Amino acid sequence: MTSTEAPAPPAEWRRYGRTGGDRWRTLVSGLGQTLLTAGVVLLLFAVYELWVTDLFSARDQDRLADRLQTEWTAQQPAAGVPTSPAAVPVGQPFAVLHVPRLGEDWSRVVLEGTAEDQLSQGPGHYAGTAMPGRPGNVALAGHRVGRGSPFLDLDRMRPGDPIVVEVADGWFTYRVLADGQDPNGVPGSQIVSPADVEVIAPTPGGAPDAAPTGAYLTLTTCHPRYSARQRLVVHAVLDGPGVTRAQAPDGPPALTEG
Amino acid sequence: MYRWIWRHLPGGTATRSGLSLLLALAVAALLLFVVFPWVEPHLPFTAVTVDGR
Repeated sequence: MTSTEAPAPPAEWRRYGRTGGDRWRTLVSGLGQTLLTAGVVLLLFAVYELWVTDLFSARDQDRLADRLQTEWTAQQPAAGVPTSPAAVPVGQPFAVLHVPRLGEDWSRVVLEGTAEDQLSQGPGHYAGTAMPGRPGNVALAGHRVGRGSPFLDLDRMRPGDPIVVEVADGWFTYRVLADGQDPNGVPGSQIVSPADVEVIAPTPGGAPDAAPTGAYLTLTTCHPRYSARQRLVVHAVLDGPGVTRAQAPDGPPALTEG
Repeated sequence: MYRWIWRHLPGGTATRSGLSLLLALAVAALLLFVVFPWVEPHLPFTAVTVDGR
C-alpha cells in the first residue's frame, strides 16, 4: 500500500517532462473518464426505469393482492348485486382490475389515490371520482413504462373490449366505447394534454362538478411511450349491473371471451 | 480517478481485477436501489395523471 509499490510512470511521461504536456494529459484523461462514467450512470438509470422498478412493483402487487384476499374472505358474501365501498382512505387497495386485451390473466390491484407513492405500486384511483359500479366516472391512472408497466399497451384497446373491476363481493364489467355510441358524445379513446381534467369529470368531457349522467370508467396513462408530453385516455361504459361472487365464482364471462 | 483506485488496491492483477469488479457492482447496486429511487420522483417523465397543472 505504499507508494514504492506503485508501478513506475510510463516512459512517455519522462519524455514530455512534468510540465505542460503532462497537465494536458491529466485534463483530457480526466474529462474522458468523467464522460464515460456519466454514460454508464445514464445507462444504469435506463435499466432502473425499465426493469428494476418492475421488480419493486411486482413485489408491491403481490403484497397488496394478499392483503385484499385476506380482507375479502373475511367479509360476508353479498346477495343481489355487488357493492363497492363508499370511500377508501388514500393508499389503501380496494379493487382488482382485469383487462384481457392487455394480456391473458392481466390483473392489477388498484389503490386509492394517484400520487407517485400509489402509482409506483399499481394503478391508482383518482380521489373524488366515482367508485366501481356507481353512477359517475371511475377514473384510474397507471404507468405506461416502468413500475410493472400496467398500461403499456393501452393503445391496443378496441371498442367493446371488456374492463372488469373486481370488488369485495363481485364483479363489474365495463366495455370500451365505440366512437358515436355514447349519447353524451364520449369517445372510446383520445389523446389529450395533461391539463385536460375534463376527461375524468362525472361525464367525461363535461363539467367537473356536474351530476353524473351515466356509469363510465376512464383509464389515463402517459403518451407517447417513454414521454410525459400527452395523456392517452380510454373511456368505457358499465355493461349491466354486475355479478356477485356467488353467481360467478370465477368471474363474469367477459373475462374469458375472445 | 480509475488509475488512482487501481494503484491503491492491494494484491496482484487478479486480486485487483476481482476487487474492481466488486467495487463496480457495489456502486451499481447503490445507484439502482438507493440513489435512483430517491432522485426519480423529482424528474418530469413519470407523470401519468391529468391534473390541470
